[in-house]
Amino acid sequence: MSASWATHQTLLAAVRRSGRARSLRAALLVAPAAAFLAIVFLVPIIGFMLRSVDNWEVPEALPRTSVTLADWNREGLPNEAAFSSLVLDLRALDGASAAALARRLNYSRTGLRTLILKTRASADAIEPEKARAALPALDSQWENQDVWGTLRNESSALTPFFLLAALDLSRDAAGAIHPSRDGALYREVFLRTFGISAAVTSFCVLLGMPLAFYLAAAPTKVASLVLALVLLPFWTSVLVRTTAWVILLQGQGLVNQLLLGLGLIAAPAKLIFNRIGVYVAMTHVMLPFFVLPLYGVMRRVPREHLRAAASLGAPPLLVFRKVYLPQILPGVMAGALLVFVTSLGYYITPALVGGPSDQMVSYFVGFFTNESVNWGMAAALGSLLLAAVVGIYVALAGPANINPARTV
Amino acid sequence: MNSPLHVREFEKRRSEASPLVRFMGVQKSYDGTVLVVKGLDLDVTRGEFLTLLGPSGSGKTTCLMMLAGFELPTAGEILLDGRPISRLPPNRRGIGVVFQNYALFPHMTVAENVAFPLSVRRMSRDVIATHVRRALDMVQLKGFDQRKPAQLSGGQQQRVAVARALVFEPELVLMDEPLGALDKQLREQMQLEIKHLQQRVGVTLVYVTHDQAEALTMSDRIAVFDRGEVQQLATPTELYEAPRNAFVAGFIGENNRLPGTVISADGEWCTVKLEDGPVVEAVRVGEHGPGDGVILSLRPERISPLADAGRHANRFPAIVEELIYLGDHLRVRVSGVGRSDLVMKIPNQAGDLALRVGSSVHCGWRREDVRALKDDPR
Repeated sequence: MSASWATHQTLLAAVRRSGRARSLRAALLVAPAAAFLAIVFLVPIIGFMLRSVDNWEVPEALPRTSVTLADWNREGLPNEAAFSSLVLDLRALDGASAAALARRLNYSRTGLRTLILKTRASADAIEPEKARAALPALDSQWENQDVWGTLRNESSALTPFFLLAALDLSRDAAGAIHPSRDGALYREVFLRTFGISAAVTSFCVLLGMPLAFYLAAAPTKVASLVLALVLLPFWTSVLVRTTAWVILLQGQGLVNQLLLGLGLIAAPAKLIFNRIGVYVAMTHVMLPFFVLPLYGVMRRVPREHLRAAASLGAPPLLVFRKVYLPQILPGVMAGALLVFVTSLGYYITPALVGGPSDQMVSYFVGFFTNESVNWGMAAALGSLLLAAVVGIYVALAGPANINPARTV
Repeated sequence: MNSPLHVREFEKRRSEASPLVRFMGVQKSYDGTVLVVKGLDLDVTRGEFLTLLGPSGSGKTTCLMMLAGFELPTAGEILLDGRPISRLPPNRRGIGVVFQNYALFPHMTVAENVAFPLSVRRMSRDVIATHVRRALDMVQLKGFDQRKPAQLSGGQQQRVAVARALVFEPELVLMDEPLGALDKQLREQMQLEIKHLQQRVGVTLVYVTHDQAEALTMSDRIAVFDRGEVQQLATPTELYEAPRNAFVAGFIGENNRLPGTVISADGEWCTVKLEDGPVVEAVRVGEHGPGDGVILSLRPERISPLADAGRHANRFPAIVEELIYLGDHLRVRVSGVGRSDLVMKIPNQAGDLALRVGSSVHCGWRREDVRALKDDPR
């Protein structure tokens, strides 16, 4: 008994040892890719997302004021200490920091740029002890409770300002959240982004399902040729592809000439630099993302299943609905999800073949990053888009039982 | 329903007399040059177990697929119950089909699989439940109804496929190498199960296999296919005892092939001079005369090494080259009649001849047991 127990323990230890060795090997295999992804992907993304709530400008530029205002109950004007802290803070600012502060505060309340720069220019002449009287004398806005409210709102290290703005919301000087006065600008962009993505996904499903079905049944030689045609957009540069679409779809383009020649339309239709152009070009690019996973799934459904169902008396539509569709559904869902999620982030194609009212969220992320250098706004839009993508994936991937590894 | 008795009686007799399935000059080519099936004429009688037997590529499965409706004949017509069905889609033929890989629907339970043909026919839930229960009882799968196909063994999956093909009570069931994926023991057991099931239900069954032992075990009649043509259509006994040509003789059972030339032929019998060997009397199969090349076909178990071989017309001296002990019988390879690869099978009986490698024996066979077949020009 004891001998066999000892043997058992030795065996267990040996199993554990070999198990450890195996997990160590696995870790070594994964480590380079994991490190690469962490450095070039995870860290920048997290850093960028933090920018959407980061509010370093105000607390850094106005450290004393920020502390003093934290005790203010937003009733009436703040006490004298706040006024004198502000003067001391402004005196200590160099030119670059003052510009950054003025720009940042101007996002929250138009007019604050001038006020801050003007006040700073005179700060050296104002004695901090007499600031309570001197500042309103310099500019009557310093007697406006809302100006101080804005200062107080933006004086904490984290701010919801950009995220709210990306949802067309703003916080008033009293700290309450309201729809912003500019109207539903970004909400419309988000809705448009989801709408375009959903439309492109439906087009891909409609075009891709018959195509994948044909490919799955075709002889390998034919299948690989057709597959190469489907994959062609991957191998052409986006500019070449877009130029081709412009040539085809423009007012005097091939498609219009054909339609005119056939007498189907009387005047050239506008097919590009509008929503139609976006749909056509994006569906073209996205089709492989849908067809490839579905093709993989369809190839694993034996043709005998369709034959068996037919021989058992089911007409073709019923065979499709009861026997084929349930078996390929994971592939359809995986492909549709891939197309939808990838479409959400589309930037170049709509920018090149769409009109001004066809631009998606990514366009505005690019705009705020490159042109207006408002990184907080860019990060907020990007973070909301990412959150939406993750939310959709979790919501759809769970119930549809999609496992990307299974569809390949 | 209300037709007069004599009309109904006539209908009944007509349908009993006419074959259930009739292939009429059916041809099939996939590429337009090679005929996979060359002008097939074949009748399937009601209630019989007919096997299409042949090597792979002989056209047997294509014939089955044309009958099921999955392939269209290039020429000719197939009649089901006297009606042409070439234009009828598979779902309206009412033929049960069992596939080699079972083709069970993986997303449905066993009960849902078996219920499929009934729910397609919009039967009521109660009727379906009754039929499904009866069908699963029939294939001894009581209590498995809520399992998924993936949770069943190969044999159990095949039983579900059989139950599904029979549950809607088709007149005709087709099976395409249904036991090909099972191991030998299970295959032999399932052969008998399917055979008994077919007899009990009385359904007409067309069965495709390349396994001659399986065909002999199960069939009422066997159609031996080769190169797109039926070489012989006969009962298992007749195929084994009286193969019509060298292909059938070689394909069904074991067979010594002895090439020779006809010396004289006379009605049922002929004498043949073997290459480098003696003259043998044999059954004359087909039209051949003096000077024609023939193949003598001789079953190993019909050669006896006995001292009393004297009663046989053909008796020759030989030397034992190899002895293989197989339990119930001995396989003996001897050299004689100008050859060194003559094989005989001797039943293992107590007090048998003490054969040794190198010992000389006399071996002989009755002239009815050796058949002179026209030399196959292939």
